[in-house]
Amino acid sequence: MNLIILSIATRYMMPVILFFSVALLMRGHNNPGGGFIGGLLAASAFILYSVSFGVKAARKKLRIDPRSLIGFGLLVAVLSGIISFFCKSSFMTSKWGGINVPLLGEFHFGTPVMFDIGVYFVVIGVTLTIIFSLSELSE
Amino acid sequence: MGLIVAIFSGFALSVIAPYIHRVTRGATGWVISILPFSLLAYFASFINTIKHGEVVKVAYNWVPGLHINLSFYIDGLGLLFALLISGIGAFVIIYASVYLKGHHFLGRFYIFILMFMASMLGVVLSDNLITFFIFFELTGITSYFLIGYDCDREKSRWAALQALLVTGIGGLALLAGIIMMSLASGSYEFSDLLNNGDVIRNSPLYIPILILVLLGAFTKSAQVPFQFWLPGAMEAPTPISSYLHSATMVKAGVFLIARLSPVLGDTNAWFYTVSFTGATTMVIGGYMAVHQTDLKKILAYSTVCVLGILTMLLGLGTDLAFKAAMVFLFAHALYKASLFLIAGIVDHGAGTRDINKLGGLRHYMPVTAIIAGLATLSACGLPPFFGFVGKELLYKAGSSVSNIPALMTGAAVFANIFMFGAIWLAGVRPFIKKYNLLPQKAHEAPFTMLVGPAILASLGLIFGLFPGLLEEALFAPAASSVAGKHVHVHLSLWHGFNLPLALSVVTVAGGFSVFAFREKIVHVANKLSFISCYGSSLWYKKIYEWLFVVARVQTNTIQSGYQRYYLLTIFTVSTALISYKLLEIGGVHQFVNFGDVKFYEVALGVFMMVAMVTAILSDGRLTAVIALGVVGFCVSLIYVLYSAPDLALTQILVETLTVILIILVVYHLPRFSKLSSLKSRIRDAVLSIAFGGVMTALVLEASNVQLHPTISEYFVKNSLALAHGRNIVNVILVDFRGVDTLGEITVLSVVGIGVYALIKLQPKPDRGENN
Repeated sequence: MNLIILSIATRYMMPVILFFSVALLMRGHNNPGGGFIGGLLAASAFILYSVSFGVKAARKKLRIDPRSLIGFGLLVAVLSGIISFFCKSSFMTSKWGGINVPLLGEFHFGTPVMFDIGVYFVVIGVTLTIIFSLSELSE
Repeated sequence: MGLIVAIFSGFALSVIAPYIHRVTRGATGWVISILPFSLLAYFASFINTIKHGEVVKVAYNWVPGLHINLSFYIDGLGLLFALLISGIGAFVIIYASVYLKGHHFLGRFYIFILMFMASMLGVVLSDNLITFFIFFELTGITSYFLIGYDCDREKSRWAALQALLVTGIGGLALLAGIIMMSLASGSYEFSDLLNNGDVIRNSPLYIPILILVLLGAFTKSAQVPFQFWLPGAMEAPTPISSYLHSATMVKAGVFLIARLSPVLGDTNAWFYTVSFTGATTMVIGGYMAVHQTDLKKILAYSTVCVLGILTMLLGLGTDLAFKAAMVFLFAHALYKASLFLIAGIVDHGAGTRDINKLGGLRHYMPVTAIIAGLATLSACGLPPFFGFVGKELLYKAGSSVSNIPALMTGAAVFANIFMFGAIWLAGVRPFIKKYNLLPQKAHEAPFTMLVGPAILASLGLIFGLFPGLLEEALFAPAASSVAGKHVHVHLSLWHGFNLPLALSVVTVAGGFSVFAFREKIVHVANKLSFISCYGSSLWYKKIYEWLFVVARVQTNTIQSGYQRYYLLTIFTVSTALISYKLLEIGGVHQFVNFGDVKFYEVALGVFMMVAMVTAILSDGRLTAVIALGVVGFCVSLIYVLYSAPDLALTQILVETLTVILIILVVYHLPRFSKLSSLKSRIRDAVLSIAFGGVMTALVLEASNVQLHPTISEYFVKNSLALAHGRNIVNVILVDFRGVDTLGEITVLSVVGIGVYALIKLQPKPDRGENN
């Protein structure tokens, strides 16, 4: 699978897809997008990489074992639910806060966004775990 | 709040205990024991308040919608138990740090024992019934880990599972009983129930409640016929047996009976069930104790005997009986914990627990011998020890009940005679017998191991000499909470020449003769050993094996292991159920109006159908997969047409990944060939068409039925206002229905790990068949 067009295209596409996946994740609260879609997109970036350069290279590129991403994502999601305990409300009550950055405007950040980030990582982790181990079977 | 912090402090410390152990090493026991000692001091500070008949209540809302609150309260009964739990816990932890020195799981031990202690405190101080149940089960789970502490040995794993299953089944019954109790009384708090005893006693649910609650209590406290798990649990390391199986956990059942005595007690059903079960247990426990040759087994059966005595006393239901139960319980906790710890010292120092091999230990371990003597004399109920006070009260209570006093007193004397013999066998004979068959040269235990049993055993002497020390501070409030009214307690060593004293003399004489003629008794009993074929432990084994047989048959019947049969079942059942429901509401009411269908929609539909037919008819897997992909992308186009961009995006991505997935799997499938017969292909075709038809009808009809018209409006209205998001789909996913999503990603994770395990952990990569 050493297709020169594919491998060069992949090099340029990877950062674009990953950037786009993060953008989808972050804008998800107000526009089409969100953690699930973003996660799938990010996963497909790495799958594209594994198609052109092999699973080993893709794993190296990812640096982290996708299984750890599953755990990390779940942890982030659960923690986002626990934050509300400190405000004396029940599990997963959403909490919002905003900071005003000069020149850039106001940023809103809330626990649902954190939860979505957790979903994002779980989806990446699960998809890549399955696809990588299946492709390793065929190599 | 202080009380809640105190109860949960054990859980908190357990989290960091192994790390503390890494730093402090040999001194860990002393460091960790600071917590139980501080708890002891903390609970002791309540004595003054409780003494005057007050109770301390603390509540924190947990799940108020389900009446589950972290509400706790301290009354006399709870305080007595809390003091025992924290006090004995401290000594056991110190002792265990030496006893288990060098064990490769020592760090874990501190986790389990602290969690156990905290759960036990939760049991005795809970006000809320559900909270009580959770702690009750937690003691079972932590004791599972503690009994199975030497998890390398099959026997200890078996014993741990046995204890967990027996107490767990009882726990389930208890949960049902608790729920019925709150249905009958309308409250989930013990403190309310205690004032509403009449309501429950007169409710039609009373008998079921009684049966279920007592089942929970009897399994936990090893009453006949569930007594077998307790001697089995002696597989646990000795300090654990000492803490769980004599001083605290097995008394959780007794505690439950005592706690609910004002609510469920004072009826004939209660009197006969509780007192007869208790009496049977004490007779069997005492009798069995004499037959054992293992030090720990002797102590275990004598504990069963004592648990029977306590249950019987609580069943008798007189003020005197409650008083006797509380005093006996306290005395027993002191002497039995120290006897167990001594058994551990003997095992450690002499290398065996077999009483036929042990002897002459007083020369090798003189300090231990003195402590053992103190504990044994109290256990045998000889003056001037506290055990004597307890036993006198027991006889007095037994002989003064209005119903069947002779039977109860007779049984108590019988059980005590045998227990006397057994305790003497375990606590005195190994030290004074002339000859021995020790496998190693016995040696004295270090100070750290001696300090616990020494203090506990001497307390038995101190409280015996000055029985009035705690009567008003501890026993009167405890007996009052069991009786549900104020009970006056006055303890003294000497009551004059009366019936209890005479019975005590009989007990001592009988006990010595049992001890002397033990060989003969065992010999005769062995001839009757056929009775043990009907013992409950064998029933347990049979039921346990049957469970596996049933599970195997059931699995083989239901789980064929073929994907096609699962799909067949799912499609048939859903087709049948949906068409039944559709027929019931009279078919589909609204048909498509073909007038406003756009031409590109028709084109899209035709395109999908062509792709579908290609997928079905194609000879190559790859063609089929790609054709299916075309269908999927068309579906996402439909989403775009009907303005659902989120769904469209998801569909496109999922479809792409599915195609990649299937292509990866295709490598491992056998060549494409038509294996199925014409008959089964026709069957599949009919079923598919039927399923597709029914689903179409369902979709058409679904737009007509609006079950909850308000919910989507609510989401639309509040998405931006409450959840600061304009994308309603996403707001529902991560906020309004966030817990659902959390569940989904958890399932997703499990699936991912499952697939990984299937692929990676196969001994040989299986080519295809199982995919």
